[in-house]
Amino acid sequence: MRPETAAKPYGILAEFTTAAAVLHAAEKVRRAGFRQWDVFSPFPVHGMDKAMGLSNSKVGWFAFLGGVIGYATGMLMIWYMNTLDYPIVIGGKPMFSPFSAFPPSYELTILFGAFGSLFGMLFLNRLPRLHHPLLKNKRFSLVTHDRFFIAIECDDPKYSEPETRKLLEQAGSRHIEVVEE
Amino acid sequence: MAAQVSPIQAEGLGHSSVVSAPEPPPELERAPLVANNRGFGWISNRVASLCEGAAPTWWWVLFIPSVLALGMLLFMVSYQVSTGVGVWGNMRPVMWAWDIVNFVWWIGIGHAGTLISAILFLLRQRWRTAVNRAAEAMTIFAVMCAGIYPALHVGRAWYDWWLFPIPNSNSIWPQFRSPLMWDVFAVSTYFTVSVLFWYMGLIPDLAVLRDRARSRLRQFLYGLFALGWTGSNRHWSNYEKAYLILAGLSTPLVLSVHSIVSLDFSVSQLPGWHTTIFPPYFVAGAVFSGFGMVLMLLIPLRSMFKLQDIITMRHIDVMCKVTMATSSIVAYSYAMEFFIAWYSGNPNERFHFLNRAMGPYQWAWFMMISCNVLIPQLFWLKRLRQNLLAVFIISILVNVGMWFERFVIIVVSLHRDFIPSNWGYYRPTWVDVCTYAGTFGLFFTLFLLFIRFLPMIAVSEVKGVTPQADPHNPQAGAKPREVVYEA
Repeated sequence: MRPETAAKPYGILAEFTTAAAVLHAAEKVRRAGFRQWDVFSPFPVHGMDKAMGLSNSKVGWFAFLGGVIGYATGMLMIWYMNTLDYPIVIGGKPMFSPFSAFPPSYELTILFGAFGSLFGMLFLNRLPRLHHPLLKNKRFSLVTHDRFFIAIECDDPKYSEPETRKLLEQAGSRHIEVVEE
Repeated sequence: MAAQVSPIQAEGLGHSSVVSAPEPPPELERAPLVANNRGFGWISNRVASLCEGAAPTWWWVLFIPSVLALGMLLFMVSYQVSTGVGVWGNMRPVMWAWDIVNFVWWIGIGHAGTLISAILFLLRQRWRTAVNRAAEAMTIFAVMCAGIYPALHVGRAWYDWWLFPIPNSNSIWPQFRSPLMWDVFAVSTYFTVSVLFWYMGLIPDLAVLRDRARSRLRQFLYGLFALGWTGSNRHWSNYEKAYLILAGLSTPLVLSVHSIVSLDFSVSQLPGWHTTIFPPYFVAGAVFSGFGMVLMLLIPLRSMFKLQDIITMRHIDVMCKVTMATSSIVAYSYAMEFFIAWYSGNPNERFHFLNRAMGPYQWAWFMMISCNVLIPQLFWLKRLRQNLLAVFIISILVNVGMWFERFVIIVVSLHRDFIPSNWGYYRPTWVDVCTYAGTFGLFFTLFLLFIRFLPMIAVSEVKGVTPQADPHNPQAGAKPREVVYEA
């Protein structure tokens, strides 16, 4: 059916119109044993992580690492600056005190933790990625509007076009097409 | 009354039974978050259309004066920097005056944005989705306005970089035992994290604009900043976790920022400043003024942009209630300050608080009490919470009152300290007034550009709180609900 072009197929894309339909379809696809596939939706669908069998996101580790580095940076920086490199007596206060060094270190904990979570999220999602086969597909642009999609990649060992198409049809998709790389 | 027997009783106890879910009586139903049962497409179209096409006339009517006021700010700043701090009214004994009043006031306004986006997120207040984007933008622009003042009032603005831990030519480091230094870290962290949070929330919505864009320029720019977002659920999973963590980090941050601002005062020895109640009192006041500003901005915007189905009367109602609750906390703090002044037995403390209420600045104290304590109590009346004009006027008065609160705390505390020979009376100059008016120009210029080019409603989040978004709701295509009661 596909025209004779050099373009390699990326995968098969199935469209759904309701959140419930895409959730049940995702459960079917996971049970069929696919690995290289994804669900696309205009907003996070409640229960989809479980339906797809995704494990807990690892963003927390990045944020935690950022926070630890931030707090250590704050404490060490203040200790070095006000005690070692340029000690100066202010009102008879100790050169270094963990109490007066706490507020800036606390702020740096939050600052680095926030960078950790944003950049950790982008790293785990491999973003920014401005060119993606799906973004070239006309119909797929409705994913930010009101449609839901399931895409199964050709790289998946279980992928075979007629059977995958059948599975997605049975799952209730009304519009299925093959997307090129 | 036989109809009132619940299905469980009718079926008998002791085993699980499948029954249809009883409908709650209409008066117990909550008003939906998106009115008129609007669908996903409608939400995208309505919000995105605000940044598409030609700007409405009213936008230009507001934008041009804002830019002129911004020009005035630039002039005032150049005049002050080139001439000296003497162009302001700051004079012994009142060495902190409108500059610090306006700094604290603008920073305080910013607090509602983070409260709505972070604390209400952790508290699962789903109504926040309609207002969080605009409130976060308000936060960022308010913090920018605030940041101008400390940078200028140091006197020699070209040495501002000494505030940061950068090795300078004298190899002197900042001195971290001062709360003013903590303030630098608090405010700059607050600004940075607010921008990160705002941008992260914007990513899926920039993708909405990218997918609708017709011109190459818009496709390129929205596409660039949307970072190639596809709405993948594997991405959403990480995104939601990152959002949760950012909310968790922003919550202690927002509480710490105004606490640290209040430490600028309470760590000193001055009566009226040297109190332990300051951190929570400042945070409550900040949230109070921030909600006032959110209401003031959103009430006209929802009617001009026809967003009544997204920012519903229920949203206005809950924001009025938060305003009233924080007003009551502020009122309690005022009362507690007076009580402690009496209870401490410290004559300076006692004199200071009597001086606030009965001294030469009595008018400022009166403004503060009437706008912050008395007027918001009108929100006990549901009729007033539903009257947009009344809410709009009260929200402006809240911000007037909060400005006077900072004036009372800063100027009135300074003008009569321990030694009567050191007393004085502060008056602002025209430069003070025009600089303050100019910061409104900066704020409204940025805010108007924001509503023109970025989605002012968090599209994907609002879609997520509609009934159609819940895959277990019949409106989202789920089978009609059958509830299993485990009896």
